[in-house]
Amino acid sequence: MTQGRDTGATALFARRHRLRLAELLPWLLAVAVYFVFPDYLALGAQVLATVLFGLSVDLVLGYAGIVTLGHAAFYGVGAYTAGYLAAHGVGAPAVGLLAAIAMAGLAGFLSGLVILRTQGLSILMLTLVVCVMLQEAANKLTSITGGADGLQGMDVSPVLGIFDFDLYGKTAYCYALVVLFFGWAVARIIVHSSFGRSLTGIRENVARMHAIGSPVFFRLVTIYTISAAMAGAAGALIAQTTQLVALNSLSIELSGTILVMVILGGVGRLYGAFIGVPLYMIAQDRFSEIDPTDWYFWIGLLLVLVVAFGRGGVLGLVDALARRLGRGRR
Amino acid sequence: MSGAALETRALCKSFGALTVAHAIDFQLAPGARHALIGPNGAGKTSFVNLVSGALAPSTGQILLGGHDVTRLSQAQRVKRGLARTFQINQLFRALTVLENVTLAVSERHGVAGDFFRPAGKRRAVIEEAHALLERLGIAGEALRPVRELAYGRQRLVEIAVALGLDPKVLLLDEPAAGVPSGETGTIIDIIERLGPEIALLIIEHDMELVFRLARRITVLVQGAILVEGTPQEIAADPRVREVYLGERAHP
Repeated sequence: MTQGRDTGATALFARRHRLRLAELLPWLLAVAVYFVFPDYLALGAQVLATVLFGLSVDLVLGYAGIVTLGHAAFYGVGAYTAGYLAAHGVGAPAVGLLAAIAMAGLAGFLSGLVILRTQGLSILMLTLVVCVMLQEAANKLTSITGGADGLQGMDVSPVLGIFDFDLYGKTAYCYALVVLFFGWAVARIIVHSSFGRSLTGIRENVARMHAIGSPVFFRLVTIYTISAAMAGAAGALIAQTTQLVALNSLSIELSGTILVMVILGGVGRLYGAFIGVPLYMIAQDRFSEIDPTDWYFWIGLLLVLVVAFGRGGVLGLVDALARRLGRGRR
Repeated sequence: MSGAALETRALCKSFGALTVAHAIDFQLAPGARHALIGPNGAGKTSFVNLVSGALAPSTGQILLGGHDVTRLSQAQRVKRGLARTFQINQLFRALTVLENVTLAVSERHGVAGDFFRPAGKRRAVIEEAHALLERLGIAGEALRPVRELAYGRQRLVEIAVALGLDPKVLLLDEPAAGVPSGETGTIIDIIERLGPEIALLIIEHDMELVFRLARRITVLVQGAILVEGTPQEIAADPRVREVYLGERAHP
């Protein structure tokens, strides 16, 4: 009897990383959207890229517990890197994407070395400062970034030299979907690994992680770098698919908005961004059409409702509902 | 070089005018069952923080197994066999009991930094963590989040996480603090059953626990060692009665 229960405990632990059927749902939906809503693929590509951005935020916020108000810094570095290359004769999207990942990762690594020595509110302030500094630098370096006018003259070549970007956003959508899938795969492997579990340990109790011999600072810098690289990939996607990079890609407002989107979906669950980002962006798209003057109010109301009724965002609500139904059945 | 599992030499720590450790010369023998007692504010927890590396000493030396670790980080001291528990639980509250211990065991096995392999496939780690829970009688709660456990049970997890590091030197900071008196026995049993390969230093207020477990006692008063000896010697020492036991006898 005891034996049975014991193997149950370890077996459950050992099964947790296995792919569940529900995890395929976002991908099925994304493919379905391609066929069902061909007129919305341009918006769809932006949503997918923003989901990737949200996923990068979830890695640091939801898993490692790093509260960041400046993640647009890395998104922006990625966007400007890809944009600059495309405007200077390197139009291959894959090259721009990889360069963006490298540059954003580097920016994350270097700023992380400073920021992650602190805790709590100091981290929040410093992430914000990094973002503001980069935005101001981009504003001043007009010869590289185009300053307040934005980056001009991007010329993005076909993806892998085959798929040209079309007016309907078909190529953009598929390109964003493939990159998001890779980003998700990386994130999923990380959060289920021993490293990923140790990040949740840091989130739950830094003092104890030190006391069990964990190199906390090193782990935090590592995940911050990975997350920054992923945010950079998202920025590059947006830059390449919209052929536009402006100063707002480095803004605190964007940093805050992505935070709100992820919290709306639910943090620390890997899928919060998959729910929160589309919900927010589609609501924004619909509300602004229905009520062009006061649409922001409706977004706000939606947020208040979700936060008031479920602490874990939409996914938290789903969990609570499932628990209640499960109890009812028993 | 000495044969002590843990040694401090002239260890000092002050915060401005406040001295929490004053020239502490202390030795913990291999396999020791040693208690550190003293009135409130004597600097007992500060001593644990200094030894574990959570606090940097002002002057003095800390040696683990004869090696100077004064300049090493907490993590490096853990790698050299030092583990501690906390007076107030420091646990991963949202995580399950099994996961709490698994985190410690993963660190010791050196696999906690691995990005690729799912944590669930580390059979050796998980089984070792689970065996530890069985040993402490909390395997039945393996899958419950720590925050759902009663405080007395959480106290056992606190010890389990430290034991997951397979320490040579274990510092227990008031292991029975906050535990209902009926459950103190469980904690004493667990500590009594620890193997002789662990040198144990117990910081404690509970005199019953101290006199049951300790074979040597050091009394700390205002950051300095007042006296050290066997439980009998300590119980008979008039100075100890005055500053410590006496204080308790006349509340």
